Amino acid sequence: MRNTWRRGISAAALAGAAALVAAGPGFAQDAIKIGVLEDQSGDFAAATNVKVHAIELAAEEINAAGGIDGRPVELVIYDTQSDNRRYQEFMRRVLQQDQVDVVFAGFSSASREAYRPIVNQFDGLAFYNNQYEGGVCDANMIVTGAVPEQQFSTLIPWMMETYGNNVYTIAADYNFGQISAEWVRQIVDENGGSMVGEEFIPLGVSQFSQTIQNIQASEADFVVTLLVGAAQASYYEQAASADVGLPMASSVNVGQGYEHKRFTPPSLSQMYVTTNYIEEIDTPESQAFLEKFRAKFPEEPYINQEAANSYIAMNLYKQLVERAGTTEREALREVIAEGDVCFDGPSGTVCLDPKSQHMSHTIFLAKVEEDHSISFPRVWENIAPYWLGDAGCDLTQNDPSAQYTPSNPPPAN
Amino acid sequence: MEFFAAAFAMAYQFGDAFAFLVISCAGLAIIFGMMGIINLAHGEFIMCGAYVTASTARMGLPLPLAILCGALVAGIVGMLVERIVIRHLYQRPLDSIIATWGISLIATQGVLIVLGSTMQGIGTPLGSIEVGDRSYSAYRLVLMAAAVALLIGLYFLFYHTRFGVIARATIQRPQMAQALGVDTRRVYGLTFGLGAALAGLAGGLYAPTMTMVPTMGATFIVESFVTVVVGGADIFVGAAPAAVILAAIRASLTAWYGQLFGQIGLLIAVIVVIRVMPGGLSAWIKGTRQ
Repeated sequence: MRNTWRRGISAAALAGAAALVAAGPGFAQDAIKIGVLEDQSGDFAAATNVKVHAIELAAEEINAAGGIDGRPVELVIYDTQSDNRRYQEFMRRVLQQDQVDVVFAGFSSASREAYRPIVNQFDGLAFYNNQYEGGVCDANMIVTGAVPEQQFSTLIPWMMETYGNNVYTIAADYNFGQISAEWVRQIVDENGGSMVGEEFIPLGVSQFSQTIQNIQASEADFVVTLLVGAAQASYYEQAASADVGLPMASSVNVGQGYEHKRFTPPSLSQMYVTTNYIEEIDTPESQAFLEKFRAKFPEEPYINQEAANSYIAMNLYKQLVERAGTTEREALREVIAEGDVCFDGPSGTVCLDPKSQHMSHTIFLAKVEEDHSISFPRVWENIAPYWLGDAGCDLTQNDPSAQYTPSNPPPAN
Repeated sequence: MEFFAAAFAMAYQFGDAFAFLVISCAGLAIIFGMMGIINLAHGEFIMCGAYVTASTARMGLPLPLAILCGALVAGIVGMLVERIVIRHLYQRPLDSIIATWGISLIATQGVLIVLGSTMQGIGTPLGSIEVGDRSYSAYRLVLMAAAVALLIGLYFLFYHTRFGVIARATIQRPQMAQALGVDTRRVYGLTFGLGAALAGLAGGLYAPTMTMVPTMGATFIVESFVTVVVGGADIFVGAAPAAVILAAIRASLTAWYGQLFGQIGLLIAVIVVIRVMPGGLSAWIKGTRQ
């Protein structure tokens, strides 16, 4: 609340923070304009600055190789300041004023739900390159981030098998945390475990001693941490200093906010995260990606899964436009409907699912060790984003433009 | 033993909330409560103290010294800000809101640009202690002691030193103090610097327990303004009892209904207090005393 209030007045001061990456000379045709709305300041900046850099890297590579279908790529970048209202403002601006062909936008699920109606209203096309709570069935959206059937259906059963059946969830109190917690609840239940506690923390809260005490008082075998933003990340330090000592499981930590790099060991030890990419992944594809990235941005603190997803999204978009021969959205969706839009990227081969317009992922189980190094006890290859399709979302047939959850599935027809 | 452990758990939560309120509001109580400047850059002074503490601690300075360093640097920055900006706005409270808010934006964004979106933390020292079947962070007990020490120290400073007497006189009756030969501008500058240094101290004390980001000061802002508004103009009969009451409200609501209700309770308390006693607790206590 305090953040939005203070930023509210700050609109004028920072609204001009737009940058244009000019295309190189020598292109005969008009540029393809790509809007980039990401948080370069505010509570989420630590995790999202790198997304902008990944998009810039991909744009540079694409332009150096002759552009998309012979047309140069031009980025229109705005800083959304971790503020949902900035998303709405800038989404209108890129779609109406800048007339971009596609938008890459959003970190928090609150921001995505804030801008999605505007994308629908102007019938634009947006890529959401973030892991999230799943369920968005919207023809105007292409999602490259991982979803619960990829992150939780793998992680939670593995944790329960390894550590025990009693689960305590602490989650950020907004749509992402609430819906993710619902997924965790359901998966724990399906696997015969029990929820010994569930707590929702307002965004921006940084003091956790009561929460820590509640966890200690419960019989939890492990804690699912779905905390979001820099303020909430203070939990780990405080839990470690109170010696909670329980294993933690998460879909958002490490892979986004590189907490294992920012905090002093061993505060994050025994943290398990399912992610589709982090810079510690030691494959030739990942190494090649890191090398290119560090060559262009030597100062980058951490290259996270959203950076990889943004980079992949740029290349998927290039492929879609080149195969369709146009940037027109319905033509691109016809290409997606063919079901073979895939890309060999930093995280291996990924493909777009025509029914949900979400992406398949190889999911790595990252474990934070005592010294905050990362090991990978388990890898799940090529997990499709199956839940939406199985539940009845089929964007090749109709477009409900809605978000579904396990307790609110698509209507049967 | 069972009873003792439960009582300790409750006392610990209360103490933790109390320490957070007192430490985060001390600087603001002086700048806003005493001097009447609505300082929206309070959080950024806290951030400044935290960043200096973390960087000096990582350079090898022992933590207590690093925290003092953080307070000192924040104090010096505060005095500079006072000299350059605030000094010209003492008669214009609304303008000082805009000015300090601008300073806060510049500081947050400047740190983001120069030092990046995060800074590595320094880790909480002292480990944990066991009471009953639960373990607690020992450093949090240090914070509680620090809060009490801070109140005692400030009481001594304002009521038993020459500087304190002159500062209170200057702020209450500036013309009179001036007529008696007090350099009021210097006193204002020093008092503002003291407030900023206390904010820096808050940042330094909490730096080992928090994420180091340019926006970290924002997490202190609501709590500190709420405490000062409920407390009123005097730190000792205002902010200190306000912190006790608010800590009790917050700790019990958080324990029973969760973090969200802890926050709601805090904000409802302010609304009630502003409505019932516009001068805050201190005006009310002083009023009933007379």
